[in-house]
Amino acid sequence: MYDAAIIGAGVIGSAIARELSKYEISICVVERDEDVCCGTSKANSAIIHAGFDAMPGTLKAKMNVLGNAMMDQLSKDLDFPFKRNGSLVVCTQEESLPKLEELLERGIKNGVPDVRIINAEEAKAMEPNLSDSVVAALYAPTGGIVCPFNMTIAMAENAAVNGVEFKLNTEVEDIKKADGGYILVTNKGDIQTKTVINAAGVYADKFHNMVSEDKIEIQARRGEYCLLDKTAGNHVSHTVFQLPSAMGKGVLVTPTVHGNLLIGPTAADVDNKEAINTTQDGLAYLQEKAGASIKNIPFRQVITSFAGLRAHEKGGEFIIGEAKDAKGFYDAAGIESPGLSAAPAIGAAVADMVKGDLKLKEKEDFIPVRKGIINPQALSFEERQALIKEKPEYGQIICRCEMISEGEIIDAIHRPLGARSLDGIKRRTRAGMGRCQSGFCSPRTMEILEREVPMSVYDITKMGGESQIVYHENKENL
Amino acid sequence: MNTYDIVIVGGGPAGLAAAQAARNRGAESILILERDKELGGILNQCIHNGFGLHTFKEELTGPEYAARFIEKVKAQNIEYRLNTMVIDITHDKVVTAMSREDGLYQIQAKAIILAMGCRERPRGALNIPGYRPAGIFSAGTAQRLVNMEGYMPGREVVILGSGDIGLIMARRMTLEGAKVKVVAELMPYSGGLKRNIVQCLDDFGIPLKLSHTVVDIDGKERVKGVTLAKVDEHSKPIPGTEEYIPCDTLLLSVGLLPENELSRSAGVELSPLHSGPVVDESLQTNIEGIFACGNVLHVHDLVDYVSEEAAAAGEHAADYVAGKGTESSSEAIQIIPTGGVRYTVPESVHTDKMADKLTVRFRVGAVYKNCYITTYFNDEQVSRRKRPVVAPGEMEQIILEKAKLQSYPGLKTITVKIEEA
Amino acid sequence: MEVKELICIGCPLGCPITVTMNGNEVADVKGNTCKRGDVYARKEVTNPTRIVTSTVKVKGGSIPMVSVKTKNDIPKSKIFDCVKALKNVEVEAPVHIGDVIVADVADTGVDIIATKEVL
Repeated sequence: MYDAAIIGAGVIGSAIARELSKYEISICVVERDEDVCCGTSKANSAIIHAGFDAMPGTLKAKMNVLGNAMMDQLSKDLDFPFKRNGSLVVCTQEESLPKLEELLERGIKNGVPDVRIINAEEAKAMEPNLSDSVVAALYAPTGGIVCPFNMTIAMAENAAVNGVEFKLNTEVEDIKKADGGYILVTNKGDIQTKTVINAAGVYADKFHNMVSEDKIEIQARRGEYCLLDKTAGNHVSHTVFQLPSAMGKGVLVTPTVHGNLLIGPTAADVDNKEAINTTQDGLAYLQEKAGASIKNIPFRQVITSFAGLRAHEKGGEFIIGEAKDAKGFYDAAGIESPGLSAAPAIGAAVADMVKGDLKLKEKEDFIPVRKGIINPQALSFEERQALIKEKPEYGQIICRCEMISEGEIIDAIHRPLGARSLDGIKRRTRAGMGRCQSGFCSPRTMEILEREVPMSVYDITKMGGESQIVYHENKENL
Repeated sequence: MNTYDIVIVGGGPAGLAAAQAARNRGAESILILERDKELGGILNQCIHNGFGLHTFKEELTGPEYAARFIEKVKAQNIEYRLNTMVIDITHDKVVTAMSREDGLYQIQAKAIILAMGCRERPRGALNIPGYRPAGIFSAGTAQRLVNMEGYMPGREVVILGSGDIGLIMARRMTLEGAKVKVVAELMPYSGGLKRNIVQCLDDFGIPLKLSHTVVDIDGKERVKGVTLAKVDEHSKPIPGTEEYIPCDTLLLSVGLLPENELSRSAGVELSPLHSGPVVDESLQTNIEGIFACGNVLHVHDLVDYVSEEAAAAGEHAADYVAGKGTESSSEAIQIIPTGGVRYTVPESVHTDKMADKLTVRFRVGAVYKNCYITTYFNDEQVSRRKRPVVAPGEMEQIILEKAKLQSYPGLKTITVKIEEA
Repeated sequence: MEVKELICIGCPLGCPITVTMNGNEVADVKGNTCKRGDVYARKEVTNPTRIVTSTVKVKGGSIPMVSVKTKNDIPKSKIFDCVKALKNVEVEAPVHIGDVIVADVADTGVDIIATKEVL
């Protein structure tokens, strides 16, 4: 019997797992997909909000500001890319200035450091491509950008190294109350556990409602995005939000931590919780609206578009804590924006509850740090030379767009929770993430997977399940 | 730091032809850097025939065409390094490269020939909505999987884009046992060669739907189907014309883009019209001693023209290294594309440096029937050639004669135009 | 007299050719810009043929597949018989350009030859 079973290996599940791995605990993470970071965690704005958006006194506000403050240390300990690029909320109409003031006040009440309103001139100086109609902006220097894949993967890897068991490709079908805990009925058999932690994203309501009469309802709210080439990455340097107006929340324009330009999201409620498809209308909306805050966006340089589903609980608030009528069942539900920013704080908060209830002892040999995959491009010429000399596979470029070497891909396969699919490699190394979107590197990456795992070429998938790349040999159907 | 007179980036058809021509012109120290495990570039996966009619007066397959050049390069003892990625080129012609065997190193070149070729535009460039499952391949990636690795990436296939690679892959997939259901083309005309429509589609009864595009992709893990719709004259899908086609594979053949990341980092000026370096009659870029040829310069329709252009670049680079003709006494005459002509290569000419005849290649922006290709010296029309049809998929050319340019008083601009009859 | 419109596939120019038929006989060929066009048109309306290209597996070589083609054009109706005959064909490296991979493929009298060197 496990002490704890976490449902969902997204950023929240991984954050909780890592926090709990600091204690003497037997714990598993149950994930339906073939890898960690396969749901909302992989398709979002990739920003660490400063924390002025949520209403004062809410869990959203508290966790956001706490989580934001934890990011410097966490990104250093776990070696994932994070940058405080600062964020701007742009106001383009005089009559909306009171709303900007309101945001400022909220920010101050929420404890956002150094947040202030700047005039149009100052804003334009900071961000030359701001729309000419800007009248003022809210500036929050603590806003940041992060690689959501590596943030999630780093926490999961570190949890795994500290003893957390990850059960991938394992889908929870039912949860039964049992003596001393719960039984998770899965496609891979039953899992007995003293406690359950529900970090199941858009499906958190389903699992919660299996054990509790205090029902919750999660609405999947789709957000579509366009990602632009790195040549457009300097178009803005801050994360630029539009001031929410009667016309809607507006779309944000932000550099990504890897140097692309990201535009989005839309917001549309969808019934199908698997509907991560983009739409003609959604993509058209982004093109139309982004110009309200930023001019001359080079939309011709879009390299991909994607959509993610926000887990919007009908009450509009994070649900964090033990279910009222289900002892030992903890929710981390309704984690929509600013969920990524809040993740480290949510992880700590949930771990704290579980620790108290299970009376966990701190582990003496907890390994607090994790080394990421070497980024040869960040090395000096001499260091890179030395690396290739020692490990020649770092001299063989596989992904020409992002200049990712074979060495990095091999590392992604062999490290804890190693990649087994093309997308798994992509999220860990960025091979296939560039402007040709894996056209060049995918056959080469397949060769490496085939050899290193090893696995049959016919079992190689884009993202597990039925997503195989090649079916059979030539002429087999003739 | 190692030094070479000429470093050629890319060992495909352009790089090979440039190397050979430079050697024939007397250049001694030449190095070809190729990122793949063999020379020949994209020709290695173009196993279909139709190459070399101009160059060799016979019809060859891609690998055979490449082999002709590879043999000569080997016979001429031109040095080449495989599995080698050039990661940077500077304005001062320092080339940074790396490979498993040689590690990371720099080379000082006297001249550099850019011959990196082009890449395919991905789905994102079209912003096709829908899911992002497995089963969406650029036509070139599918070509590599089928022709080089021997694996079938699909059983029931829809192809978007009727560029030559798309057409060729329609036939290849069919001959390897797949069912190609339709080729859809956004434009009202095909971007590929007419012969390929006949022998790749018509021969196998594969329908070509012009003015159609993919408006939705279905299937979360693997493609389950795509929705096609007819488009209006502004390429916008027309509501109500949607048609769902079950398939497991979508191949994209939606255009090629010169691969100029290295050129950009060196400070080479790029043309917004053909996405390749801006060059003069010597195929020299704005940086002295850096030349460009082949698909990195502009996307060609025939490899024969690539070889011809690359040979010229190789000769000019050899001359440059030998100190011949680096100085120009004349001011550059600008070549201006207008009236249906999308771009020209080269875009300027120094009369004193040009050969007796200079081929100016260009593409048109739309299909024109019964039109004239006209050339103007300043404002005066100097030539007018009738063409029954010109189309964006096929390159056109005019020939400039040195004697005529030199004898024309006060020549500042040469304008190339399509005029309808 | 019957008139057939063709696109020449002899070279990338793709000339539009008009063939005038007198029964089963070719009466006239117009629109071609070279001799190849004339030859193509006459063949295309009487006995259309194609060069077929494909690949076969190669054992013990530096790469797993070798590209091949029919040495000459074969009847269009034999294209699928030809590629079916290549199913499960495997050759041993080294292979040189021009090596016969399958002789007299699908009873066409035409050999399948290698178009690439694989060592």
